Amino acid sequence: MEARGDDAARTLAFAGRIDIAAAARLWTPTMRAARGTQGLTIDLAGVEEVDTAGAVLLLSAAGAAHQGALQGASPAVEKVLDRTGAALKAAPPAPPPPRMNPIAGLGEMVVDVGRNMLGAVAFGGEALVTLLRTLFRPGLLRFSEMLRHLDETGLRAFPLTALLGFLIGVILAYQSAIPLRRFGAEVFVPNLVGISLLRELGPLLAGVVLSGRTGSAFAAELGTMTVNEEVDALKIMGIDPMQMLVLPRMLAATLVMPVLALLMSLAGLAGMTVIMATLGFPWAAVSNQLQQWLAVGDLLGGLFKAAIFGIAIAAIGCRAGLSAGRGPRAVGDAATTAVVGGIVSIVVLDGIFAVLFFRLGI
Amino acid sequence: MNAPAAEPRAAPPADAEAVVRARDVAMRFGSRTLFEKVSFDVRRGEIFVILGGSGCGKSTLLKILIGLYPPVAGTVEVLGENIDDAEGDARRGLLARLGVMWQSGALFGSMTLAENIELALEEHTDLPRPAREALARVKLGLVGLGDAATRLPAEISGGMAKRAGIARAMALDPPILFLDEPSAGLDPITSAGLDALIIDLARSTGTTFVVVTHELQSILAIGDRCIMLDKEAKGMIAEGDPRQLREHSDHPVVRAFFRREVMHG
Repeated sequence: MEARGDDAARTLAFAGRIDIAAAARLWTPTMRAARGTQGLTIDLAGVEEVDTAGAVLLLSAAGAAHQGALQGASPAVEKVLDRTGAALKAAPPAPPPPRMNPIAGLGEMVVDVGRNMLGAVAFGGEALVTLLRTLFRPGLLRFSEMLRHLDETGLRAFPLTALLGFLIGVILAYQSAIPLRRFGAEVFVPNLVGISLLRELGPLLAGVVLSGRTGSAFAAELGTMTVNEEVDALKIMGIDPMQMLVLPRMLAATLVMPVLALLMSLAGLAGMTVIMATLGFPWAAVSNQLQQWLAVGDLLGGLFKAAIFGIAIAAIGCRAGLSAGRGPRAVGDAATTAVVGGIVSIVVLDGIFAVLFFRLGI
Repeated sequence: MNAPAAEPRAAPPADAEAVVRARDVAMRFGSRTLFEKVSFDVRRGEIFVILGGSGCGKSTLLKILIGLYPPVAGTVEVLGENIDDAEGDARRGLLARLGVMWQSGALFGSMTLAENIELALEEHTDLPRPAREALARVKLGLVGLGDAATRLPAEISGGMAKRAGIARAMALDPPILFLDEPSAGLDPITSAGLDALIIDLARSTGTTFVVVTHELQSILAIGDRCIMLDKEAKGMIAEGDPRQLREHSDHPVVRAFFRREVMHG
């Protein structure tokens, strides 16, 4: 590319082949020379061939000047320029996205949250109605489907739950033994760890495991079915997706959660016992402390909470899947919603239970 | 988009240079032979159609031609290079000279249509951002989607997704475009519009098209030459001008295909 003249009248002469690589090389100097020029002539007499990128360069340069003209193009080059010019005219630059008014944005967010909460209430009501209908007509329950989910959400989660529980027990025992040792009260470590695990940490951590493993799986599976229109197909076949897809999952999660919480607690107690043994306390001492200080109510309260956590996690996962949007991100978004929603919900529920149990003296 | 009606066009000369050369290509999955001894040339500037019934291996052959699957036997040369032997920068350079439109469109769902096109330009060229944006607009304008640049793939129809797929395939002005079932699942009007677009692009840009399809109307409307694969024969059973094959082929499967007859036995 050769430039002649000044800002009032300038000629840019091109020669050879202007392909995509040449266009990339020439873009900056050409646009710099073209911008602000009053009368720009682009001489194409020496140009043998241009591709679309070359044509975009030449047309953009002509457009950047106050008055730009292309001249001397061969018929073949002219053809590419005409075609590219027509395509550019047919695709005007997109207008910049509208700036979001912060108040409108806040309003939209509030409406979204409100709509989401209403949807959650409606979903819960629908699930309850389906459950009641199934109680009166047990034949409606797809038992084999529920067994499959029991296996996937329960049995297959056992190794992970046991491992996490054991490690949590080890960590809790060590961490509580350090300050208690200062008062010579290490013997109370089993009391602290036992009550923490049975009442709080067992159900809570089992809930986190279920939310991460199962809530996300429910959301992904049902989200894929929604995106693939399988859920619509079920509705058109006269099959209630709540009955076929949601209820077996919710029942499975509700049944399996107390078992996982119990496993988590027992594994934690085992971990604590190992640490106590290393600190010089035999099994008999640990067992004695546990029997003295732990009540059956602690265990049952924890298992009851776990069952409620199971309902919440499964409901949130299923709802996230069934309300998945369109497109490839929909399933990922549904899984994220399920995990985040599941964990937040169990922490909120746990807080409510803490107050409730305190008031009831449990 | 005001696409011209699809009509047969003059085929490029028979002595035009071959840009794709397949020789004795065979493909097997496990012990099942899909096809073998498939040989043909695709000439520069022509619209070459790979046709055949469902399950005969058309799309697999396309994937062999673009180097996605290695054939179990035979060779494929694209633009003079053996696509399976090409490695590293040579392979990257060769792939930049091919454009592929996938059966499902395969547009990246998190990007707008314009960004889908700009991605290839960003990866393979040093064009500055304004140039990439303008070029993406040109490509979308060429396929009649000038007003859809900022839309996401989830917001457009199936026909628009196919056209956007072609626009993305053309991002780098490749000399060869491979299209996998461009008309599948489209209504006859959209399908005819797409055929007209392919013919228009082939005429105006001189691009070579290799099209996999079993849509009879499309084959007859756009194809300069074709090969036909057959599941039973496990290979090619015909090669030539599709209109000639429809009128003059003696092969029972070819006749049945073009005349939409039911095969018995």
